[in-house]
This record gives sequence, C-alpha cells and structure tokens, in this order.
Amino acid sequence: MARTEQQSNERSKARSNRASNPSPSIPLPEGEGSVEPTFTSVNVGNARAERFSGRWFWRFASPAAFYPLAGTIEKLCWFVAIALTIIGLYIGFFRAPTDATQGEVYRVIYIHVPAAWMAMVIYLAMAFWSALGLAFGTRLSFMMSHALAPTGAMMAAISLWTGALWGRPTWGTYWVWDARLTSTLILFFLYIGYIALAAAFDDKKKGDRASALIALVGAVNVPIIYFSVQWWNTLHQGASVRPGGSSMASTMLTAMMVMTFAFWAYCVAVAMHRVRTQIIERERDAKWLAGVKQ
Amino acid sequence: MIWESWGAFWSMGGRGFFVWGSYGVLAIAVIAELIALRAARKRATKTLNESHHDH
Repeated sequence: MARTEQQSNERSKARSNRASNPSPSIPLPEGEGSVEPTFTSVNVGNARAERFSGRWFWRFASPAAFYPLAGTIEKLCWFVAIALTIIGLYIGFFRAPTDATQGEVYRVIYIHVPAAWMAMVIYLAMAFWSALGLAFGTRLSFMMSHALAPTGAMMAAISLWTGALWGRPTWGTYWVWDARLTSTLILFFLYIGYIALAAAFDDKKKGDRASALIALVGAVNVPIIYFSVQWWNTLHQGASVRPGGSSMASTMLTAMMVMTFAFWAYCVAVAMHRVRTQIIERERDAKWLAGVKQ
Repeated sequence: MIWESWGAFWSMGGRGFFVWGSYGVLAIAVIAELIALRAARKRATKTLNESHHDH
C-alpha cells in the first residue's frame, strides 16, 4: 500500500521531534515506534482513518490511550475468569448428574466445548483485527491480532486433545479423519502458520501484513468447522446447543455456559496482557512509556 | 454431594484417565501460558528500561 503524503509528513515530523536516537544495540525497524502517541491525539496513521477521527473509538487506536484501558480490562477479566471457573466446575462436577448414555466421561464437555468455541471465536477476532489493520494501517490492530494467536492455538490444541480423550471411550477411537476433526486440525495449523509467518520477517510491518492475509483467508475454515456436523456424515455428535433449544440437561448446560464465560474472560485477560507487552516492545521509543509503571 | 466417596469422584466411573487427562493437560497449558506471558513481559520491560537509560 502506498503511503499518503500526509502520513509521511506526519512521520518525518514525529521523527524529528524524537528526543534522541534509540540504543544502537536495538535496531528499530523502519518507521516502528517513531510516532509518539499521546492521550489526546489519534495516531492511526492513515488518511482514511483520520476521516473518522472524531469518533471516540479511534481514541483507543492510539497505543498510549489503549495501554491503561487494556490493563483495567485485564484485571477485571482475571477476576471473572477465576470466579466463573470455580462456580462452573462446582456445578459441573458436584451438581450435574451422570449422563445416561455416556456415564461420567461426558464431564470433559465443560472444557472441550468452550475450548472449541474459543478456538473459532479467537480466529474470527484475529481476522477482524487483521482486516482493520490492513484497511486502516492501525498499528494496534495488528498487535491485537498477534496477541490473540497463541491463545487461539492453545484452545484449538486443547479442543483436539480433550476430544481425543473423550472419543476413545465413547467412539472407541482417539482420532478419525472426519470433517469436524480434520477442519479443527486445519484451524490449529492455520494458527501455527500465522504465528510463524508473523515472526518470519525482520521488517515487522511485512510480517504484520503477511500474517494478516493468513488470518483473513483462513477465516473461511471457521464456518466449515461449525457446520461440518450438519454438512457431512460424521462421528462427531451434532451441536448440543443451538438457537432455540438444547439437547442437554439444564444443570449440565448451566455448567457448560458458565465455563464458556470463564474461558472468554481468560482469553480476553491473556490477550490484554500480551497486547500490553507488544505495546512495550513496539512503542519502546515513545516517551510516554518511560512514565508507565511496570 | 452426588458422589458416594472421594474415591468414586476420582475414578469418574472408571473413566478417570480420560477426564483427568483432559483437565490435567488444560491446567498444564494454562500454567505454561502464564509463565510465557511473564517471561515475555520481563524481556520487554528489560529492553525498554535499557533503551530509556541510553537516552
């Protein structure tokens, strides 16, 4: 994408305003961290975005403005995640009855389903931030996407692992190459590909754009995973929860939903922590970071 | 309590390996992720402090 004249003017101005050069031992990628974000200005760095700059949400496109907000969200989400995990596991293990057909092994559902959902949701969130980053050139969007990827990969791995351990006693096999399992495995590989590609370039901006493309193209896989149990014959059971009804006992469903919200809160907390680390890394040249309490 | 004893709880109707194998690996993954988060933050702040000291 060609830089607008306005943007390059803004950048060179910011560069000359910089207090001094960065440490010679840490070479900064071209253009990285050269714009000093402030709490009042919106540094989205692109003419298209500046047209929207009156809107409140663009304020938080500035890493300096988002950094403290992310910290608050993180703390809140840790609290919610811990509280809901305790409540969810209590209901799931001490209130929910034994399943009539599957016995006790069904209790894997309280982590299997939330992990599988989060693996899909996080991928869509990554695609969303990547699209925003590509469209508006916002640095923070790419950082958000990068912050989500490792947790998404972990969720995909957990859903595959717990699925295998659930499948052995109920289906008689750890693994089958059916649509749901295979498409989830592909999701896991997409995460790995995204992470590898983002890290493969010395120029972080190239890594941002290349990995954003994987995030966007790979998003096609998410609806395939979701609808695979309807589209193809599969060993995997159909959706337990769908709009307008559920096939589960209500205490089981309650425990699963509580655990799902716990997983949400955990993922948000981890992503917020990681995005703050990314801001420290990528914006280390900005003066406001010197005043941030670490 | 729906369990007759803690022994019954841990055995999960004979499926303890599969149930606790799932929860155990999740616990390990979460702990590993938290350790990785801390390490990454430490690295980032160390570099940050060094670069600001040089100024």
